Amino acid sequence: MTTKPLVELAKTIRSKNAGVDQITFDVVFRDRETYELVKRSRALSPEAVMRLYSIPRERITTFVEFDPALAIKFTIRRETPSGSPGERDVFGAQQYAPLFDLPIPI
Amino acid sequence: MKILSPTGHLGFTPIERGSFDIGVSHRPDAIVADSGSCDIGPQPLGADEHCSPEDWQRHDLELMLLAARRLGVPMIVGSASDAGTDRGVHQYAEIIRELARRHGLASFNLATIFSEVSRDEVARRLRSGVRVEGLDGRPDLTQEVLARTDRLVAVMGVEPIIQALDQGADVVVAGRAGDSCLFAAPAIRAGFPEAAAYYLGKVLECASFAGEPFMGKESIIGAVTPDAVSVTAMHPGQRCTVASVASHAMYERASPFFEHVAGGVLDMTHCRYEQVDERTTRVSGFTFRRDAVYRIKLEGSGKVGERAVSIAGIRDPYTIRHIDAVIGWARSKVQERWGEPGARYQLYYHVYGRDGVMGPSEPRRAAPAHELCLVVEAVAPRWEDAEIICALGTRNLFYARLPEVRGTAGTAALMMDEVLRGKPGYEWTVNHVLPLADPLELTTVKLEVVGR
Repeated sequence: MTTKPLVELAKTIRSKNAGVDQITFDVVFRDRETYELVKRSRALSPEAVMRLYSIPRERITTFVEFDPALAIKFTIRRETPSGSPGERDVFGAQQYAPLFDLPIPI
Repeated sequence: MKILSPTGHLGFTPIERGSFDIGVSHRPDAIVADSGSCDIGPQPLGADEHCSPEDWQRHDLELMLLAARRLGVPMIVGSASDAGTDRGVHQYAEIIRELARRHGLASFNLATIFSEVSRDEVARRLRSGVRVEGLDGRPDLTQEVLARTDRLVAVMGVEPIIQALDQGADVVVAGRAGDSCLFAAPAIRAGFPEAAAYYLGKVLECASFAGEPFMGKESIIGAVTPDAVSVTAMHPGQRCTVASVASHAMYERASPFFEHVAGGVLDMTHCRYEQVDERTTRVSGFTFRRDAVYRIKLEGSGKVGERAVSIAGIRDPYTIRHIDAVIGWARSKVQERWGEPGARYQLYYHVYGRDGVMGPSEPRRAAPAHELCLVVEAVAPRWEDAEIICALGTRNLFYARLPEVRGTAGTAALMMDEVLRGKPGYEWTVNHVLPLADPLELTTVKLEVVGR
């Protein structure tokens, strides 16, 4: 089976705070064909997120496909609120990188 | 009705002049901007400080004020001075007064709206049995958590802003407010349906983030009709496309379908997006549901302690392979003197080059770089203690005992043998919703005449 890493298929892969207790991830595609391909493959799934980020299912609070924006979007709950002592990423802006290498069957 | 949105966070970085002037030439019916966010962390609210330089805040307020007064249309700014505390509202009101004097502006009505809530007020409501429900999986608010909170603001809805406009306000400076409510308020007051008004606010609140290519601090205009909102980029190089506007619906939100505001929820599940000209996208199909009980969001921040930071580098590959043992050694030396971390102190090792950004979620944690940067962060109630704990936790990286280490003259490179004082550590203690009998009961609107 041939695969391509997600970073080669997506136009945008980003992460950002959604309020003070959650970080949300957006994976946006350039065209409907690629979006549908990735959607159908089910390779980007809550299970994949659990594996990539070593987190339990309960920390994934939403996982949706958003057709108007050609986007797959999920949100995870932070372990501590943003900006607390020990914070690593106040804005949650650099948490998306592990998604790049996710293999998508094509 | 057309509303001009020049910036997604007034003062955070100066507004770009070119697209703002183009926006003003379209003769909008109001100029509106939000000036705050909970994104900046809990420190500005807890310490009641602003994180944007006052120079830039004044710059942005000046542009908006002069244009709004020239056009004779309302100017609305919310979440004044980053955290939207009473201090922020007073600060912005004073800047507006100064600007009016300096430019010799003809007299106008300035409304200030305060939404800071005292801890006693929330404690009283808790005692009377009111449930203050936690958001995003938080437990309900307790007296214990409230006691750890230094400052609270209520995130106001449209009602106090409409009240201010009804009283004749030309310029509104509001405390913490729902971003979309600042834009929705004049539209609702003008008679547009809530759904269209809140969608207008939702799409305009971050200004040029709703356009493409990606640009910050450029103006956009939203035009509302009873059943649709059209949004147009003002920068000549930017367009609002179906993709960019739809994409913005999900920006910084857990769900792209629902936007909760004080009093209800905007449902965008069935939104339809159409490109109407090269730079404009029209959106329709949104609905709005009022909540059975009016609830307002509370944000609260509490101080954890004073914060000390220091930096060390590691280059020895053997030491890097055993970095957890090195950190373990340093922690143990701190514990010998200070006991287990907890109320007396907190100690964090940020290991850049291994998992400094992602911590336990880092998939490549087992493959660290050839050199590591350790940032040691100590938090304690007293600065003197934070400083000495940080020094102890850093110097012991230098003295770590490893069985086969070759470098026996020091196991860490110190960029400087120095502890830096950071801003105190705060924590978001409150992210909850409070039921209200009257949407106006936590806010105060004051009106004054400013100018000649």
